[in-house]
Amino acid sequence: MATNNMVEIRWHGRGGQGAKSACLLLADVAGIAGKFVQGFPEYGPERMGAPITAYNRISEKRCTIHSNIYYPDYVIVVDESLLDSVDVIGGLKEGGAIIINTTLSPQEMRPRLRGWAGKVCTIDARRISEEILGKNLPNTPMLAAVVKVSSVLDAERFLVDIEESFKHKFADKPEVIEGNMITLRKSMAEVQVG
Amino acid sequence: MSDRLSGNEAVAYALKQINPDVMGAFPITPSTEIPEYFAQAVADGEVNTEYVTVESEHSSMSVCIAAQAAGARAVCATSSAGLALMYELLYVAASCRLPITLACVNRALTGPININNDHSDSMGARDSGWIQIYAENNQEAYDNFLMAMPIGETPSVRLPVMTCMDGFITSHAVENIELLDTDVVRRFIGEYNPENYLLKKENPLAVGPYDVSPYYMEHKVLEAEAMKAAKARILEVAAEFERISGRRYGLFEEYRMEDAELALVLIGSTAGTAKAAVDKLREEGVKAGLVKIRVFRPFPGEEVARALAGTKAVAVMDKSEGFSANGGPLFAETRSALYDLKNRPYLIDIVYGLGGRDVKTEDIEKVFGRLANIAATGEIGPVYTHMGQRSKEENA
Repeated sequence: MATNNMVEIRWHGRGGQGAKSACLLLADVAGIAGKFVQGFPEYGPERMGAPITAYNRISEKRCTIHSNIYYPDYVIVVDESLLDSVDVIGGLKEGGAIIINTTLSPQEMRPRLRGWAGKVCTIDARRISEEILGKNLPNTPMLAAVVKVSSVLDAERFLVDIEESFKHKFADKPEVIEGNMITLRKSMAEVQVG
Repeated sequence: MSDRLSGNEAVAYALKQINPDVMGAFPITPSTEIPEYFAQAVADGEVNTEYVTVESEHSSMSVCIAAQAAGARAVCATSSAGLALMYELLYVAASCRLPITLACVNRALTGPININNDHSDSMGARDSGWIQIYAENNQEAYDNFLMAMPIGETPSVRLPVMTCMDGFITSHAVENIELLDTDVVRRFIGEYNPENYLLKKENPLAVGPYDVSPYYMEHKVLEAEAMKAAKARILEVAAEFERISGRRYGLFEEYRMEDAELALVLIGSTAGTAKAAVDKLREEGVKAGLVKIRVFRPFPGEEVARALAGTKAVAVMDKSEGFSANGGPLFAETRSALYDLKNRPYLIDIVYGLGGRDVKTEDIEKVFGRLANIAATGEIGPVYTHMGQRSKEENA
């Protein structure tokens, strides 16, 4: 149960894809921008490749609720194959959006979303990350996509703040920062909204 | 300073600020990140803690006992089966009056094996002579850890302190947090100068010898008196902490209890979820309130009774089963505390959230619905139930 000025996001990924890291990074960057934030994973018998869920709450007032998110404003699907096994649109609010990592367009994806009539966004996170970072690291493109689609943070301010966060996070390997920043910008430009 | 940290990061940061003399380190989910992050601070030379890696929790607590007995300040962190493996040593630490600090990241105690949160681990240690302080969120996990040493080390108390937070829900959730300056923390904590210790040249001390029957009971009574004295010290330290942080703590938190007719008593992160439910019900005109127990040992029985004296119906919510066949441990304490009230509220126990079962605001609203019904009809129904329990048919 969120208040009107709270944005709730649910991440679906597979263990090892970085959905949890992206979720925590979003919380950190939104916090730098002065928001109240929560970023938390849901843990089970974790292993590489198993479906995992992570959550964000971003609001103007501190949220004291510590339950999982059942009625998200945005759903992020880091692995397209989850559409067949997980009810990713479950509880997704009308007026919200689903953002999927896929090579397909929103129009092509819609039939697979069992009656979801709202906004569908797609991004080829794998190709973007492989082109720029040289590896399939889909979480950074997905993070950029959700910021772009949701407008929960000002995009330019987000890029400035996340660079700060990267400098801290990657203090011992600063060479990866530039690639991640290029990935973020390219992903914001490429995400398709339908 | 404002930051965003998980509960585990917050405690690891507190450890770095405190710079304890010794850490007995052994990892177990979900507390692993505490020794992990702190190990980085040790490796980077940010602290000069003697970081002792051991082969089990039995040994990590043994390291703490030996170090603290020698006059050093010792810390450790653990969860679930790790705490259970320390069990014998918890009693040794408390009865030797060694104010060790332990960060307990609450996780269900096996079995069936489960890594998620409930309070069965620390509730199992509730009679070990340790002070127990529980956190609702990352901020409280940080603040409680900073207050532990000034409470435990004071001569009238001299007891070990366990600061508890909910595994994953608090330990792995990144939220906003206000951190104190390190020099402020160090002034607040001060130096540890025990009167007597193992390696004191002028007055060497034996620690942990056999205690014969003519003395044993006197020593246990002294320990019990120390636990009683801890209540006043916890409030003193909270007042000192408020001066440096602006954040106020008591033995428990009363949330919208002024005129509450229906109330919950519970511990930990669910208190935050319950606050949202209370706010919603208040908007609808329901006189709902919440008592969040912060200090479970010593149990603030008289104070809780006063807080609940004006209510009509109360639900105690236990995040551990206890297997007493008569309700969970928080229920036992609360019901006992209310016995001396002239007009007692109706009282029920709801065991919830075992093994990480999620609790929503709607679940809390249902509990208040049940309390409203009890208050109106005087019919309690079953005194002790389990929240959201599925029937055999539903499980099939």
